[in-house]
Formats: sequence, structure tokens, C-alpha cells
Amino acid sequence: MNSMHQGFWDAWELIITFDRDLYEIVFLSLKVTVSAVILASLIALPLGAFLAVFRFKFRRYVIAVLNALMGLPPVVVGLFVYMLLSRAGPLGGFGLLFSPSAMIIAQVIIIVPLIASISHQAIRDLWSEYHDLLISMNATRFQRAKALLWDGKRALLTAILAGFGRAIGEVGAIMIVGGNIEHATRVLTTAIALETGKGNFAFAMGLGLVLITLAILINLLIHIVGKTERASTW
Amino acid sequence: MRRLLGTLLATLLIASASSAETLRMAVTTSFYNSGLSEILLPEIKSDLGFDIQLIVVGTGQALRLGEAGDVDAILVHSRAAEDQFISAGYGTHRREIMYNDFVFIGPSGDPAGIRQASSAADALRAIANATAPFISRGDDSGTHIKEQNLWSQSGATVEGNWYRAAGAGMGTTLNVASGMNAYVFSDRASWLNFGNKGTLELLYAGDPSLFNQYAYIPVNPARWPHVQGDMALTLEGWLASEKAAALINGYTINGEHLFTFNATQP
Amino acid sequence: MVIFPLRMHGVTAHFRKKRLVGPIDITIETEGFTIVMGPNGAGKTTLLRLMHGLQRCSGGGVEWAVPQAKAREKQAYVFQSPIMMRRKVIDSIAYPLRLRGLGVSAARAKAQECAGRFGLENLLDSWAPMLSGGEKQKLSLARALVIKPDILFLDEPCANLDGRSTREIEEILLDAQASGTRIIMSTHDIGQARRLAQDVIFMYDGKIHEQTTADIFFTAPATKEAQAFINGDIVE
Repeated sequence: MNSMHQGFWDAWELIITFDRDLYEIVFLSLKVTVSAVILASLIALPLGAFLAVFRFKFRRYVIAVLNALMGLPPVVVGLFVYMLLSRAGPLGGFGLLFSPSAMIIAQVIIIVPLIASISHQAIRDLWSEYHDLLISMNATRFQRAKALLWDGKRALLTAILAGFGRAIGEVGAIMIVGGNIEHATRVLTTAIALETGKGNFAFAMGLGLVLITLAILINLLIHIVGKTERASTW
Repeated sequence: MRRLLGTLLATLLIASASSAETLRMAVTTSFYNSGLSEILLPEIKSDLGFDIQLIVVGTGQALRLGEAGDVDAILVHSRAAEDQFISAGYGTHRREIMYNDFVFIGPSGDPAGIRQASSAADALRAIANATAPFISRGDDSGTHIKEQNLWSQSGATVEGNWYRAAGAGMGTTLNVASGMNAYVFSDRASWLNFGNKGTLELLYAGDPSLFNQYAYIPVNPARWPHVQGDMALTLEGWLASEKAAALINGYTINGEHLFTFNATQP
Repeated sequence: MVIFPLRMHGVTAHFRKKRLVGPIDITIETEGFTIVMGPNGAGKTTLLRLMHGLQRCSGGGVEWAVPQAKAREKQAYVFQSPIMMRRKVIDSIAYPLRLRGLGVSAARAKAQECAGRFGLENLLDSWAPMLSGGEKQKLSLARALVIKPDILFLDEPCANLDGRSTREIEEILLDAQASGTRIIMSTHDIGQARRLAQDVIFMYDGKIHEQTTADIFFTAPATKEAQAFINGDIVE
């Protein structure tokens, strides 16, 4: 147990002394995950709205597949993206492998189904409320989607934060496509995996605490900025 | 809004394209865990002027990365696999740089009594006879292949629940052995740097058959024109130089000397 | 563009093989305040929804003088249970204007001006779903009338409201009709019907049983079901 305390203390010391390596890792973690969440939301939110509002022949199957994709193991996505981006692969010419961009791509693929599924459900519920009203007002399908996305923004925020949570804790895919390269593609989760593999459990645990604290702070920040949980609005 | 996103996208792509001043090298976990790279990389940067990006994977994956042209050079320790890599045209040649040795780790109680073993083969036979728990890398790495060769040379039968394949890197495998109080075959450097020894101890070493040669192989530019062929050769020269020799031979963990430089000049 | 007359001929509507209404034949012209009455289940709501295009007919045709989509631009509908958007009162009223291309500040300015006529000027920044029942219906009306529709459909708008809110809404409706909006409203409150109706459509068992001016309907209804209804008997 003493070594556990020592490990926590080691991690704490890095934080308060603004250790360059640790902060580099933290900023990279945020850069990768926040970018992935933004890109994934730009794809997933309209997709969720589209599926909720438009009726087309294979809609039920698309929704089922989307829900199933939430269970896609991240490491499989990592392998798939590796094979795409490898020099020997179809997109090798871009030289994206082992870079933060590759990590972002992998994370986007992982969290799009999650964000799309949650937002689809939320928008569908809202659509059943608004249905008669929006039709009566002669709103075009595009206008309907806009109104649903805007009025449903609280639930959509939940979807986005779910995606953020999944991405910030992800390790398998970004290990494969990023390579966990020091000063280049090493983020909190892969650093934790590395330290664990070296047997430095306590230090790895300390980094884990940093990660959780970071995730909590981000969530709090979003809630404060979004002014949720205030009495007069919901 | 659209312009902001476009800029963001462009920044991401630009920031990620490989810089011309960087060499990518796949190295094995056993090499990385020794900590030697932390000594060498800064010296390389100041002497040669370029950065090395290390991708730390098992030997099998390192070779695959070389085959796919995703790295510019590899540093591994598995002679037979290296020869195959080169004869298949993926690497230009191999250059021996240094060696260390493999050791047998086990519980301090030593139920199979390998402390008194007369050879590596002897130790393995003792473990098999005692059906003492043994954790193998199980991942086709250089260490794993060496372990398998030793088993077949020893003539012992490797069958039964006592033999477990972890399918992982050196550190993780050591973790499993530590957790299960089992015997494990490791390279000396990874063991010395390992942070979770528990009741495990170094029980047997020194047999010449435990010799572990590291070799550097540049990825073949004829096969993959985009690789940094010149940088790879420059690095090779540095790794085989007297300065590298001094750094490598002088590297110790807790006073224990780890690697022996053995590069020859062509 | 003039959307009238509205012609429905041979219109039927079904839900899972059960006939809801029909066959219906009726023509609606530009002027008037029409009350649709009848016992529960007679098909009043369905009739209104068919007219407004919220429901598709299973047989027959519903035709305005211009195509349905264009006609709907000049129509508005108030639901029995008000459908509130999750936004502030001022943005709710502004929404139909935004749909028609008005900018945010222009729409809000018009919404503010309109709100005054409906007694909502102190509630502009309130969250619409949090209003009381009466306030919500007034908001629904404001939202409907801000675009100055040619015809306004209302489906028992005062069914769940107290006396004061009911009176306020009736006044607003009479004003609107005087300003040129055609009104078709269903109700089961006979008193309200007497107060407001210029003509009456009495529905029974999914069909239009009687259609006549209010005077004639309330003094000398043609059918016994209508008479029973006016008397306050249960009509089966």
C-alpha cells in the first residue's frame, strides 16, 4: 500500500510542478479527443436527426446496424484503420499512420455510432411531440431537422458527452494507429498502459486519477457553459 | 463557422504529416524496457540532428511494420526471422549492434530447484518435471522464439496446465508471472527495470545459449521508395560507432551492466 | 393568392380498417365562424385534421383552390392539448415567421408586438412548457395568428381551461374573425357554441348530420340526435 501512496504522490508532484512531459501528454489527450468529438458530432448529430425524421425503405435496418456498431470493439477499429493507413494499404500515401490524425480518425469511427444512436433516440422522442405542430406549420424537412436539433440540444449534449467519455478513455485503437510514440502520439491512456506494462502500477494509477479528474472537469465546464441544471429552463 | 472547421481540419492534417527530420524505427519491447533508448536518443539528436520516433512493439509486429513500409528501420533480436525478412527483400542487410542475455526468473521459493541447474536445458527440464507454473510470452517475439528453441533443445515435454502463454509484451508477461508466482523467461534488461517484482527473483543465468543478439535492419528503399533510406544508414553508422559503444557498454541499472556492444566495422 | 373554396367530396378516413369518418361532402367558403359539434367519437377532430392536411383521407378528395402545400401556408391550427416548443415564449411566437424567412431580430420584434394583443407581454422570456394551461393556449393562438392566416382551425381549444381564460380566448377569436380570418372550431360546450357560432356543422357517427346557420340549428334542429345533443342528453 505504501507504494500505492508513493505512486499517487509521484503523479501529484508532476501535476503541481507543471511537469512538461505530463502536460504534453494531457494536452495531446485533449487535442485528440476533443477533435474527434467535434468531427464525430458533425457527422452523427445530423445523421441521428435524419434517421429520426425521414422515412425511407431500409430505415429500420440502418438503425439496427447503427445500434450494433456501438458494440464494435475499439481495438478492431484500430486494426482496421491501421490497415487503411499503412503504407501497404489504400490510404498509405497520406502518411497519416502513427500521427495524432490517425488517432482522431480511429476515435471518430468509434464514437459516431454512439453519438448517432443516442441523438437519434432523443430526436425521435422530440419529433413525436412536435410532429403535428411542424407539419401544420408547413416546415420543410430541413427546417424540421433544424428545429429538432436546436430544441433537443440538451439531450444532444448528453450524447456528445457520452462520446467524449468513450473517447477519452479509449486505449486499444489509438495504441495501434498511434504507436504510443513519446512526444508524438502518447496520450494519458496509452501512457497508463505503458506504465502498467512496466509494472509501475502505482504511477499508472496516479495517471488514471489525472485522467478521471480531467474528464470530470470537462463535463463540469460543459454543464456550466451550457447552463444546464438551472431551475428555470430544461 | 465553416471557415473555423476548415482551418481546424487543415491544421490537423498538416501537423500530422511526417516531418522530414524524423526517422521512424520499430523496436522490441525488450529493448525499450531496458531504458537504453532514453540515453541514446538525445545523443543521436545532438550528433545527427534528427529525431527518432520509436514504435515499441513485439518482434512480430516490428517485422510486419517493416514489411508494410510503415517504419524506416527496425531493431529486433530474432536471427531466423531477420534472415527471412532480408531474403524476402524487405530489409537491405542486418548489422549486429549489441547483445545482452536472457535470464530465468522465478518465485524465491524455487519449487523446481533451478538455482542449481547446470544449463538452460537443465533448468527447463527441472521446471517441466516439477510441473511448476511457467508463463511464456506466447507472442512470436524474439524472446518467445528463443524460449521455444530452448524448450525443444531441452527435450522436455511442454504440455499441461502449468505452461501458460500470456500473449503479451515482456512487462505484461512479468506482471502475470509476478501475480501467479510463476517461472518466466525474460531478457535481463526488462527484468532489471521491472517495477512489480513481488516475490520473484533472478534464479538462473549465464549459459551461453542464453545469448541475445540485437540487430539493426534498414527497410529496403527499393521496396518502399518513401522510406528515409539515407537517414537509416546514417543512424546505422552512429549505432556502430565508438561513441555508441561507450554509451551502450557504460549503461547500467542499479550498478548492473546490461548490454555488450559488438558491432564490427565492415 | 386565394385559397378558398375548400371542397371535400366523398372523403373517408380509416384507422386500421375502422371507419373514422365519411363519406363527407362539404364546401368551405371565405367568410364565417363555423362551430363543429357532436358527441365524443363523432369525428370532429378527424374532420378538422382532414381539412388541414394533418391526416390523409382513405377515399375521396380534399381540394383547395391552390395546391395543398401552398394552401397550408395560409392556414393555422390550434390543438386541444397545446403543443409547446422547448423555447421561450417570444421565440415560440417568432418561429412561424422564421420559417417564412424572417431574420431573428425582425421575427422577435413582430412576435413582441403580437404578444401584447394576447396578454403575453409579461411572459416573453418565460419557458413555454412551463406556462399554465390558459397561457399555453393563448400562446398557441398568438403563434397561429402572427402569420395572419386566411383560415384558423381550432380543436376544442378551451376544453381544459377555466372560465376566465375561456372568455379571453373567445374575445380573441371574435376579433380575429372580424379582421377577416375564417374560423372553424370544434367544441362540445353548447354555451360556447351559442356564443360564437355563425353556422354549425353537427357531426354524428362520422358523418355530417346537419349543416346550417346557428340560428336555425339552435331553435329548430332537423334531426333528433341534434335535438338530443342540444338538450344535453347522452347521444349514442
